[in-house]
Amino acid sequence: MDLEATFRDERARALATLIRLLGDFDLAEDALQDAFAAALEQWPRAGVPGNPRAWLVSAARHKAIDRLRRDKRLAAKREELAYLAPAAAAPAELEDEAVADDRLRLIFTCCHPALAPEAQVALTLKTLCGLAVEEIARAFLVSPPTMAQRLVRAKGKIRDAGIPYEVPGSDRLAERLGGVLSVVYLVFNEGYVATSGDALIRRELCGEAIRLGRLLRSLMPAEGEVAGLLALMLLHDARRAARVDARGELVTLEEQDRSLWDRAQIAEGRALARDALRRGGAGFYALQAAIAALHAEAARAEDTDWPQIAALYALLLRLYPSPVVALNHAAAVAMGERLERGLRLIERLEQSGELRGYHLLPAAKADILRRMGRKADAAAAYAQALQLVTHEAERRYLERRSREVG
Amino acid sequence: VQYLLLIYENEASWAALSEAEQGKIFQEYMDYSRRIRKSANYVGGNALQPTSSATTVRVKNGKTLSTDGPFAETREQLGGYYLVEAKDLDEAIALAAGIPGARMGSVEVRPILPTPPVE
Repeated sequence: MDLEATFRDERARALATLIRLLGDFDLAEDALQDAFAAALEQWPRAGVPGNPRAWLVSAARHKAIDRLRRDKRLAAKREELAYLAPAAAAPAELEDEAVADDRLRLIFTCCHPALAPEAQVALTLKTLCGLAVEEIARAFLVSPPTMAQRLVRAKGKIRDAGIPYEVPGSDRLAERLGGVLSVVYLVFNEGYVATSGDALIRRELCGEAIRLGRLLRSLMPAEGEVAGLLALMLLHDARRAARVDARGELVTLEEQDRSLWDRAQIAEGRALARDALRRGGAGFYALQAAIAALHAEAARAEDTDWPQIAALYALLLRLYPSPVVALNHAAAVAMGERLERGLRLIERLEQSGELRGYHLLPAAKADILRRMGRKADAAAAYAQALQLVTHEAERRYLERRSREVG
Repeated sequence: VQYLLLIYENEASWAALSEAEQGKIFQEYMDYSRRIRKSANYVGGNALQPTSSATTVRVKNGKTLSTDGPFAETREQLGGYYLVEAKDLDEAIALAAGIPGARMGSVEVRPILPTPPVE
């Protein structure tokens, strides 16, 4: 039996339960580490226990009490926990259902709005996904000591401010769930959008976000937006292999080799997107998932149902207005062969100044002008986009398009 | 856990309100105070005189220095507080959200540092 794999599987679950039992993130992490060490020593000799998780939680609990006895500074904490001492973990507390509740509590605690957004993300990756501090630091381009400090501060605030370890009541659930979903989506985008940095870490972030999405889905199957977010991530991620070519260049959706798309994942994403729309109506993630599903359904780029995509963007823009959604809406309108109208929408957005400095605005305008055959205007817009772009692969794409109209 | 709910408001915009508007907000504070006093959460609370009445005190080299006004010039000023007992931050946030000042200004929620009783 692969002990490392068992530990990895059980770590997040056991940790969630221990944080509830011990009421302290650091103590739970340290005690679980002690329990792993004990298991490494005992299991090869005595055999793996029938219920490894129960063994680990129970051992960690005893290790925690040992730690409290050794450390004088933790005297107050020791008294607080004294009532835990005699109890071996009650079996009922370790049933899958009870552990699932603990993991849900942990998500809501890590994503509490009283924590800074970057701390929410870091804490989620550390405690729920079990990523190492070094890995999280690399993913967010900060030094490991900075990231460690961020985690220490977040755990300190949970303790000192009394952030509860519980799933919010139904009166606040919708509001708080929105925060949790945005953390998961942030993790995904961090891995998906930026193709700079360590490719391996970025792929891992997408994988972790999808795992979190699946966890939320299994814990809250009735929530439409949970299904919507998972669908959106699966549908985007299904195109991963086609997004970058052999030379590492970004390939636009239109030019991607669709035979590289992950069909099984697309099928799962589409089913979830349908479920999301049925349950939650026109939610923020459900609508975006529906748009991604329409892209995924087209066998060739020219088969894309642009009018329907434009209609979905129009709805998204009305319900959740943002200049980036407005830009996507304008581009979709133009792709539906209404080039003039798409151009007018983009020019209006340009005049508003809301996306000043954002390279995708002149890039989208340039693409429309190129399709209209207005080469000189397109070249000017590409030049403008090239001045703003920072991402290497996107720069090469714009340069190539620019040469086509030059 | 005890929390101090610090109410920050812009004194200038308060002063700019009509008497009727001020009276309405005053009434809301009265209602809130009555409700929270009856609850198990209430430990204490007061409104403060405006910062024009404030004095800042520092001791440098054993000498007491008093200066007119609050410590820092900020857009919002401390105007009052409640000291509450709450089971966790979420309950404290809910109590803070009910304070009329949370709509006009902001309420800072600070946990009290538990200290051993002074003998």
